[in-house]
Amino acid sequence: MRTQTAGMSMRYLVLTVMTLMVLLPFASIVLAALHASGSTVSGMRLPENWHWENFALAWNEGGYSALMRSSFIISGAVVPLVVLCATLAGYALAILKAWGGRQVGIIFVLGLTLPVELIVIALYYNLSNVGLTNNYLGVIFAEVALFLPFGVYWMQSHFSSLPGELVEAGRIDGARDLSVLTRVLLPISWPAITTLAVLVFMWSWNQFLLVIVLMQDPEMRTAPGGLGFFVGQYSTNIPLLSAATIITIAPIVLVYIIFQRNFVSGLTQGAVKG
Amino acid sequence: MADITQVSPAPRERSRGAGLGTGRRRPLNRRAAKAWLYLLPAVIFYASFAIWPALNTFYLSFLNWDGVQPPSWAGLGNYVQIVQDPALYNSVLNALLLIVFFSFIPVCMGLLMTALLMGRMRRGMAFFRTVLFLPQVLPLVAVGVTWRWLYNETGLFNQFLELIGLGGITRAWLGDYDLALIALGFIGTWTMSGLCMLLFLSGAQKIDPALYEAATLDGAGAFRQFRSVTVPGVRREITIAGVITTIAALASFDLVFVTTNGGPADQTTVPALLVYRLAFNEGDIGTASALAITLTALVIGFVTLIRRLARENA
Repeated sequence: MRTQTAGMSMRYLVLTVMTLMVLLPFASIVLAALHASGSTVSGMRLPENWHWENFALAWNEGGYSALMRSSFIISGAVVPLVVLCATLAGYALAILKAWGGRQVGIIFVLGLTLPVELIVIALYYNLSNVGLTNNYLGVIFAEVALFLPFGVYWMQSHFSSLPGELVEAGRIDGARDLSVLTRVLLPISWPAITTLAVLVFMWSWNQFLLVIVLMQDPEMRTAPGGLGFFVGQYSTNIPLLSAATIITIAPIVLVYIIFQRNFVSGLTQGAVKG
Repeated sequence: MADITQVSPAPRERSRGAGLGTGRRRPLNRRAAKAWLYLLPAVIFYASFAIWPALNTFYLSFLNWDGVQPPSWAGLGNYVQIVQDPALYNSVLNALLLIVFFSFIPVCMGLLMTALLMGRMRRGMAFFRTVLFLPQVLPLVAVGVTWRWLYNETGLFNQFLELIGLGGITRAWLGDYDLALIALGFIGTWTMSGLCMLLFLSGAQKIDPALYEAATLDGAGAFRQFRSVTVPGVRREITIAGVITTIAALASFDLVFVTTNGGPADQTTVPALLVYRLAFNEGDIGTASALAITLTALVIGFVTLIRRLARENA
């Protein structure tokens, strides 16, 4: 019995150390962000005066009004587009058994392993030919294409997991394809759809390479895109840089805390099914 | 007369019966064709903004092109250059080393965390799980900026080393010629371990409790149970964690871009960084595309390898 208690304390000890390793970096930048702008900060140290105004300073210097607007425009369009296209496609593949559906499904799944680097060069030239660089639509369409492999796969496996009798019953009641989807399947699919939306929001918010390539205009970049270049300009101003970092991660941390369950179920089930 | 024609042609009747069969299938076929209406939006987006550019990149990799002047045909020249240019193949070697830190160590860490969080461990489990997974949801750019500061000469990392009496080895870690890549790799370990843990925990929950009971009856201790029941039980999840983290290691761009930008002296360049630099700073589209294709081939090669290894061990 005593060895059990000792073992349990060991577990808690190791886990606490790991937790500290995750949390200390956050504590470190939060404290750094509260020192006087431009001052030298060393390690973890409480500031003498708390400089909350650094967040406002970083917001202005980094142009976060524009960055945040871009971030929300892009995520705000990408999430519904991916969810809509993925739901329709998943339905076509899993329930309607579209012609060649198997092959189409495989081509989508292959997209799960393709790195962004493979498409970004040609995408830049293709989009600039049609005037879609420095344009929200260009980034939005590219991100939709990038996240659709997971989305289609996710919705397809969700629809295939539903009992077939549901669809049969709907058909017998005379429902056509669209009403089977909207009246029968969608009402019980919200958990899967919410999870997809949350994951797509995270990927869209965090996307960096596509944004800095397709948006040469710094005004139109997203929060992480702007932060990436803010580093170059303010590399020695640790308090300001820390404040900018906190501003950039705040929305995604908030979404994580609210939708924790969806993140966990999405990433585990989604990945494992793949 | 009408009666006769109606009664006599029995064979025709049968063929009409067959016709009824196809007739019953026809609405289904039409439905399968109409299904394409639902498939179309996704296929159009995917084909025009992912597949088409990917094929184009493949084509560009055979050209000499600066993005402005008319291109000339290079054949395999760009690929030969990748094999011959030390800066280019070193970037590939760096990415391969990063696999150890992004993939191998996180999988081990994930197994350790799973072992610690399993079984009778109830109180605080949700808290630990939530916190340990947190690094995975953050934008890598922000993670990079944070760690840049932690690795700084006056940052938290050196402060900690001084605290435990190792003040002699403090340095600007990301600027150290020999250690920068390892320091960079450790950031990957920090980010990826939580993902591995989450995957393994969800896999471990599906293991039949009877297996643990049987192991206990056979006198297996906690460690033995973990090795003989849990690890084989999450083999599938280990494969998946290996695939996801290996892709992240090979295709890593964000972290490197903000932390070292390839320095010091190209010690931390990775293919993704060179793809970006060659294409968008130096205007060497052909080489950049060839490197992107090489990178993709590496990713596909490793994913296939991991899958095959997993199948052989199963």
